[in-house]
Amino acid sequence: MRSLQPEIQYATLSQQGETAQLGMWVFIATETLFFGALIFTYFIYRDAYPKEFAEAGKDAVLWCGSVNVGLLLTSSLTMVLAIDAAADGRRRHLKNWLLATAGLGIAFVCVKGVEWCLDFAHHDVPSINFIMKPAEAPAGELFWVFYFIATPLHALHLLIGLGLILYMLWRVRRGDLTPAYYAPLEVVGLYWSFVDTVWIFLYPCIYLVGRS
Amino acid sequence: MATITAGLPTSYVTSENTISSWLLTKDHKRIALLFFASITFFFFIGGIAATLIRMHLATPEGLLQPDIYNRMFTMHGIVMVWFFLIPSIPTTLGNFIIPLAIGAHDLAFPRINLASWYVFNLSGLVLLYALIMGGIDTGWTFYTPYSTLFANGYVIAATLAVFINGFSSIMTGLNFVVTIHRLRAPGMTWMRLPLFVWGIYSVSLVMLLATPVLAMTVLLVAMERFMGVGIFDPARGGDPLLFQHMFWFYSHPAVYIMILPAMGVVSELITCYVRRPIFGYTGMTYALMSIAIISFFVWGHHMFTAGISIYSAVVFSLMTFFVAVPSAIKVFNWTASLHKGSITFDAPMLYALGFVLLFTIGGLTGLIVATVALDVHLQDTYFVIAHFHYIMVGGTVSAFFGGLHYWWPKITGRLYPEMWARMAALLTFVGFNLTFFPQFILGYLGMPRRYYAYPPEWQAWNVLSSAGASILAVAYILPLGYLGWSLLRGERAAPNPWRATGLEWQTSSPPPKHNFERTPVVTAGPYLYDPEDGGFIAQNGAVNA
Repeated sequence: MRSLQPEIQYATLSQQGETAQLGMWVFIATETLFFGALIFTYFIYRDAYPKEFAEAGKDAVLWCGSVNVGLLLTSSLTMVLAIDAAADGRRRHLKNWLLATAGLGIAFVCVKGVEWCLDFAHHDVPSINFIMKPAEAPAGELFWVFYFIATPLHALHLLIGLGLILYMLWRVRRGDLTPAYYAPLEVVGLYWSFVDTVWIFLYPCIYLVGRS
Repeated sequence: MATITAGLPTSYVTSENTISSWLLTKDHKRIALLFFASITFFFFIGGIAATLIRMHLATPEGLLQPDIYNRMFTMHGIVMVWFFLIPSIPTTLGNFIIPLAIGAHDLAFPRINLASWYVFNLSGLVLLYALIMGGIDTGWTFYTPYSTLFANGYVIAATLAVFINGFSSIMTGLNFVVTIHRLRAPGMTWMRLPLFVWGIYSVSLVMLLATPVLAMTVLLVAMERFMGVGIFDPARGGDPLLFQHMFWFYSHPAVYIMILPAMGVVSELITCYVRRPIFGYTGMTYALMSIAIISFFVWGHHMFTAGISIYSAVVFSLMTFFVAVPSAIKVFNWTASLHKGSITFDAPMLYALGFVLLFTIGGLTGLIVATVALDVHLQDTYFVIAHFHYIMVGGTVSAFFGGLHYWWPKITGRLYPEMWARMAALLTFVGFNLTFFPQFILGYLGMPRRYYAYPPEWQAWNVLSSAGASILAVAYILPLGYLGWSLLRGERAAPNPWRATGLEWQTSSPPPKHNFERTPVVTAGPYLYDPEDGGFIAQNGAVNA
């Protein structure tokens, strides 16, 4: 067991932990503006070309997006259970819940990969094999441009989250997440829930609006 | 460096000497010095471009090829905005002073602080790559559809550099916000914070909330260029004006990113050299915060002639007038602080007074270009160029140099030569006005910005401007000489040579590795100066010490 000393700039460990959490909240604020700007452009164009966007959106693979909503929401639950286990000092549970979270994240990426292949098969990838359907012209491509910027960016954030979970697993193994100090795990949990929330916003934009 | 040792408590400079102890340091003071080196480098790169521009414009037919001229003003803009002005005060003076001023032992996240420097340099390398390969001719604004469809420069590399640079901004801003919230010394309440800390706090909020939007904007431009899709291409359903909206949503607040920390610096300088409390401290804090907030709602004033609706133009014009109110409050309060003070005209004070004057001119001409009817005449002329240089160079760079001189003894443990410094401050002021005041007249006469040639009847004003630029160049190179000399030979500085009230002056010069032997306890507000006898009470309650 490593001895728990706060870094030099902190008076106590709890101050250090709360500061780390505040840092993550502030970072999430910047991320909100980052994805917000993208979603904003989407709404501007959706407003300008409602029919064309609805037409283009019908090609989006609904089952993939929906399954992924389920996977990510569940992974946020397992993440919270991991934090709960850390708070109680149940190390084995902590490790298993973290593994479950990582597994669900990997499943998300796999489904996403399948979906991208299907999109490719449907000739929906702009600048690579895009074929404009007559009903979509002239702006249907913009829907797919948005899709192919938003989903890889989201997937990239998710992969970073997976990396952070692996790092947490390593720290669990090293034994430095204890009931006295498990703030790093809470910080990762915040990030993970944020990535989850981004998907909650992307999902209706891509798969639901104008579908009926 | 045998000259900086013997007999002093081990300072942050001398505590370790290996190269890795600098390149892998987590000490905010050392990281501040690393940033000093980087931004000084870029300041001179941007300065070389400016020199070439002014040499070219000294004659109507010019000196450079038109295409080279375009690449020069683009390089000048990109380098100066993102690689000097925006990081200038926060990453150097802010990095060094903020933890000291609030009585902390370091920033909240020292590793992120160091990472910010590496990311900054990475973005600088990408930009240098773009420049060396042939440069960019879009202007620093990357306006679409020119940048996406027509420009033949290294637009993707340049936007990538700006994108990466944003991470550095965000990391630094995040560190400051969290540090100021969580690491203030006991007794350091929000209303006891020095105004420099408030300035850095407000600017960090703007950095955090504006930079991500720029990141997304330049990402979209790069995607459009790289993938050949039509995000901003009207022929394929895109909207080029949307780019301008998104770009200015960042880039207008970016002007405040440059000026807010400068305002903070100037408040420190004026109080110290006037030996008086700041006039209207509370008003000053509210003014900083309202400027930060209103700055997000004025971006449309860059687009009056771009084809936005007249109704939104009127609203943006009105919002721009609103932002003048807190700015004017600050100018009035600085001026009122001079009243019945005991003023000494040391170099930092000269820079601060220069700031107030030039900022006032820049601000008032800002109201002229914020008026829709006048802007139709002045948009894209040298009037605009002169206006924003009065804010960014006359304002921010003056404050940066003022702050650099003021905190120089704290940073290096040495005093700078006062006469040389005063001369540089005066030269800056004279050279600056000579460079940019003629540009107001040229702009009013109708000389458009970015044109590489002009009719011969405008030559006299252009020659004046170029002559001023050469004085300005001397004024900027001088400090490099005498500050460098002071580093080696300057007189040793006492802990508090200016008899100032801030906590940073209550530790040795230069400070020890972790700033304070014991965490200070704050019992007094900032700026408790007495104009009668020049005495003061420091924030930890020490009297005249």
